Amino acid sequence: MLRYAWIIAFIPALSFFLILFFGKRMPKGGSEIGIAALGASFVLSVVAAVQWIDKVESTEGGEGGHALGALGQAFHVAGEAGHTVVEPVLASVSWFTLGGVDIRAGTMIDGLSVMMLFVVSLVSLLVHIYSTSYMEGDRRYTYFFAALSLFSASMLTLVIAGSTLLLLVGWELVGLCSFMLIGHWWEEGANSDAALKAFFTTRTGDIGLIIGIVILFFGAGGTFDIPTINEMAVNGEMSQTVLTTASVALLIGIIGKSGQFPLHTWLPDAMAGPTPVSALIHAATMVVAGVFLGARLYPVFFEGFHIADGGLNAMAVIGGITVIIGAALAFVQNDIKKVLAYSTISQIGYMVMALGVGAWLAAVFHLFTHAFFKADLFLGSGSVSHAVHTFDMRKMGGLRKVMPHTFWTFIISSLALAGFFPLAGFWSKDEIINTAGKADYDFFLVVGLVGAFMTAAYMTRCVWLTFFGEYRGAEHPHESPKAILVPLWILAIGAVFAGFLNATAFDIHKFTEWVEPTSAFPEVIVPEFSVPLAVFSFMVAAAGVAVAGAYYVYGMGPRGLTERNASARAGYTFLENKYYLDHLYTDLVVGSIKGPIARGTYWFNQNVIDGVVNAAGTGTRRVGRFTYDVIDQKIVDGSVNEIAAATDETGGLLRYLQSGRVQRYALILFASVGVLSLALVFAN
Amino acid sequence: MNWFDSWALTLVTFIPIVGMVVMLIIPRKEEYSIKVVALLTTVVTFGVSVAIAARFDYDAGGGLQFDVDKPWIDTISSRYHVGIDGISLPLLLLTTFITVACVIYSWNHFPKPHTPKAFLALILVLETGMVGTFIAQDLILFFVFFEIVLLPMFFMIGVWGGPNRSYASIKFFLFTMFGSAFMLLGFLAIFWQTGTFDIPELSAMAGDGIVGSTQNLIFAGLFLGFAIKVPMFPFHTWLPDAHTEAPTVGSVLLAAVLLKLGTYGFVRIALPVLPDAAIDWAPWLGLLAVIGIIYGALACLAQSDMKRLIAFSSVAHMGFVMLGIATLTDIGINAAVFGMVAHGLITGMLFFLAGSVGERYGTREMSRLGGLLTQTPRLGWILGFLAMASLGLPGLAGFWGEFPAILAAYNPLDALPLETFRSYMVIAAVGTVLAAGYLLWMLQRVAMGKVKPEFEQTDVHDINTAEWIAWSPILLFVLALGVYPDIIFGVTNDAVAQLTATAFGG
Amino acid sequence: MELNLFLMLAAFLFCTGIYGVLARRNGVLVLMSVELMLVAVNINLVAFAAFTGAIAGQVFALFVITIAAAEVGVGLALVLLVYRNLRSPDLDNLDSLKG
Repeated sequence: MLRYAWIIAFIPALSFFLILFFGKRMPKGGSEIGIAALGASFVLSVVAAVQWIDKVESTEGGEGGHALGALGQAFHVAGEAGHTVVEPVLASVSWFTLGGVDIRAGTMIDGLSVMMLFVVSLVSLLVHIYSTSYMEGDRRYTYFFAALSLFSASMLTLVIAGSTLLLLVGWELVGLCSFMLIGHWWEEGANSDAALKAFFTTRTGDIGLIIGIVILFFGAGGTFDIPTINEMAVNGEMSQTVLTTASVALLIGIIGKSGQFPLHTWLPDAMAGPTPVSALIHAATMVVAGVFLGARLYPVFFEGFHIADGGLNAMAVIGGITVIIGAALAFVQNDIKKVLAYSTISQIGYMVMALGVGAWLAAVFHLFTHAFFKADLFLGSGSVSHAVHTFDMRKMGGLRKVMPHTFWTFIISSLALAGFFPLAGFWSKDEIINTAGKADYDFFLVVGLVGAFMTAAYMTRCVWLTFFGEYRGAEHPHESPKAILVPLWILAIGAVFAGFLNATAFDIHKFTEWVEPTSAFPEVIVPEFSVPLAVFSFMVAAAGVAVAGAYYVYGMGPRGLTERNASARAGYTFLENKYYLDHLYTDLVVGSIKGPIARGTYWFNQNVIDGVVNAAGTGTRRVGRFTYDVIDQKIVDGSVNEIAAATDETGGLLRYLQSGRVQRYALILFASVGVLSLALVFAN
Repeated sequence: MNWFDSWALTLVTFIPIVGMVVMLIIPRKEEYSIKVVALLTTVVTFGVSVAIAARFDYDAGGGLQFDVDKPWIDTISSRYHVGIDGISLPLLLLTTFITVACVIYSWNHFPKPHTPKAFLALILVLETGMVGTFIAQDLILFFVFFEIVLLPMFFMIGVWGGPNRSYASIKFFLFTMFGSAFMLLGFLAIFWQTGTFDIPELSAMAGDGIVGSTQNLIFAGLFLGFAIKVPMFPFHTWLPDAHTEAPTVGSVLLAAVLLKLGTYGFVRIALPVLPDAAIDWAPWLGLLAVIGIIYGALACLAQSDMKRLIAFSSVAHMGFVMLGIATLTDIGINAAVFGMVAHGLITGMLFFLAGSVGERYGTREMSRLGGLLTQTPRLGWILGFLAMASLGLPGLAGFWGEFPAILAAYNPLDALPLETFRSYMVIAAVGTVLAAGYLLWMLQRVAMGKVKPEFEQTDVHDINTAEWIAWSPILLFVLALGVYPDIIFGVTNDAVAQLTATAFGG
Repeated sequence: MELNLFLMLAAFLFCTGIYGVLARRNGVLVLMSVELMLVAVNINLVAFAAFTGAIAGQVFALFVITIAAAEVGVGLALVLLVYRNLRSPDLDNLDSLKG
């Protein structure tokens, strides 16, 4: 299967065409084709994963021998990884020849691809099943499934691509599908606006990606081949300038696609699409394409940004800013999907930051675990809205009792997201923080901890508003049908157990062993598990829940801080208040984060960044209009018309000669003959 | 089959003329027979070109094939020299293919005044001119065919065009004639310097015998002729007017084939015959190309008429083609040829759509349209498909014209200024975003949203049979070329490699 | 006889002809004036031929007479058509060539 991995991507692509042409005639509107295709892809992905693990284990010659499957082996204690090299499995066919260069289309299968194949096909399959119920009765049901299939095909192509060119193909097709799916209900202007915004913003990032690919093509001596590029980067066969410019360019691509600061604004808007799409595109697959790119071409970034040297670099800084900014914004949202969207931004920020500080494995591991719990949260929010027909958390509340399954899966995933021991998020987040501390990136260690605190706090708020308290809506909520609940539980189970694949505390390094490349890969520092740090980060998360709980649930801390003029009575209040410490925490920490910082960030987001985006749009329109009206129509076209007019006027003068009277012509003729003959006479 | 080899190109060029003569004999009232004759003629022409493609030796794509070289006008030693290589073949097929589609589309779409006989006759004459330009290997022969194209198009716009047709047609005619005059001067100068009009012979000389400064002057003349036809900024202003006023089929042929005559001229004549001048001129060509990319895109954003928007988008897309040519590299010129074919299919098809939309709603104003996806879903989806193809989505044809051009600009010919071309590359990459901007903006306004109240009651029919027959092959090709670009790269590679090797020493 | 006399006669006839062509409006008269000019030329030709002894002049005169006959035929036909179409032989009405 490893050599024939293209089949995994090909099946959904075929399914896209089948649904498109025959879907409407099928009894279930084409959804059965999509589910069957994704089921097949998933099975093949699992086969590929098993084969890969098998290959790794047998190459290492360790005990274990034949792997039984990802989860079954999870608790198996691995021996020393050693320095054995497991080459990625490459397969390619000649695609076309361009200027004497044979461009090949091929697949590159290694631990990273296999992991991504597994995640993408699993989440996609679950989303397909979920959608049969969620999208029931939609006017474009068939079309929706066609687009889902195409989306899966593109994403699978992206992750198995063996050349940057094929990766670009998958990358752009993913963008196309996000456009189609976000704008699924295009009758509403807001939805198509969101779709356009998503496409433009990611496309802006794609400028960077395209330029980066071009630079690497020539830097590597005329090839798009990823293993070659990586190898040359590791062995120092490319100049530092090439590597640095390429990494900066590619980073711009990552920023665009993965919703990083400052190009993250499209992601919350993209929640206009149907909820299963949000789960698929904005949690588990599309937005992590950027992270995947970073992981895939890691040697380039590693050398280009001097990641081994510590200090600051663009990638880590961008990721770090995004962690904080995304999390802060999640506090002030009332739309449950937007909370999750900002949370996604923040979590992807973690991954990018991890790549930036040299924590390759931690980034990829977080990508893996995040896919489970974030997809679960999105699908859970969809299940809630299925019941109450709104995404506004102010109209929810108390759903714990009517929707127990949704509630429990949501709680599990929220805790996993918040990083509670021993759920998935704990292990991956801890690994990021741990590596940042060990690799001379202390600053980002702090950022990571602050982010963890904020994550726990906003998820507490979100869960509280949705599931606790009194019901505030007008609808009559009910539990969702099985097609929705089954995917929720499967993902919840993943959110619980996925982290154990690399539970370093118990000396389990399976994920490292299986996924981390052993060839053409830079020397990254992998620190030992640190108990104090783990305990501390767990406590930070717990504190986040506690503080948020205190504020939202028990109403502690003053309300309406922003409306009150506190300065006059500040000293008095300061003395009189018994809960000085509580005040300190709630007002200063939570309050400022929730109040000015979050609001300020949001204001900055909406007015400055979004404003710049909008202004760039309108400005371009104006420049366009100016170019057209003044330069094109008046100056360029005007001068053309002027020349024509001048010719016309000259002709106008001559027309008096042309009276049409033959006799006048004859007169002119004879007169000129006369003049000429006189001239002749006098000349002689 | 030796007979076929020596007559094939002549046949493919002049069958349309024969068909036209036959058609002229048929009385005007017998519309059906006239249409059948026109269709048969174009189909046979297409068939011959397919046969040529089938017998084409792809391993020797670099040299001329189906070569015919006979005396023509001895007094000026101009010869009837025709032949094709890997660069001409795709364009030849594109031409014959699009013409068939045009005739099928016109089946019951004749614009006012409804005179099928004259209209179809003009299309056939046009085909002869277009095909002839792509196969001519003699400068004078090339010029003659290049000019033959003008007249039918002039009448097509001037007679069957929109309200402002006389202005547009005259502008088109004068503008291109102006350029052709300088081009002819250039040809004559080449002749006086070298004593021959034969293109392969001149290419083999690679500029020997013409001193640098003279080359530059001659290049200036050729540049005017070709650049106006392309059209490059700032010579493009005839294009939007011509497109806006031309009947649908005229626009399609204009976009799909006529614009390629200019870029083809650069590749076939200007570069190989005057390589030293080409190196001097390339940075300026590149500059105008990227200005065109950005400028065309900006102008698109200001449009309210759908057809005019597509016309301006041609300026941007031909900018990519010209950028590829200006790099003077294998990759760049391959990209340019691919870009020509891709643009021909995609933009030609977009004009078909704009025509059909205009016909159904009686307007092409985007502010009045909307909800195409609701009223005529198939038309709407095809528009979306083409918008994606046009903005350069990988997997569809447009991408392979754009991306390799950008790729080539990073690493142009050694003699060219590297930094300049790398800046061009960045600007061109920005252009791809703008392209996404105007195309999706158009898609949103035309296809998405709700149907405007004004058209709610209008009975709008979806795609009809003639449209399906004419369009589906084009759509298939857009997909096929996108998935497997070797269909064209495989043909052009050798020819381009040979061209650059002779002209620029590899 | 002196040559001058012939030439003067010819010149007089030619001038009359020019006057007629330029000043008369009636097509028939214009045609007649053209004939006068041709006759003047003929006189010159014949006169020069007689005085120099070269036969070519006389031959040319014969040619001119033949051509003049043809010319009158065509000319009269034209005038007739003009008259039919415009109901007047007046040449001033014929100004459609005016730009």
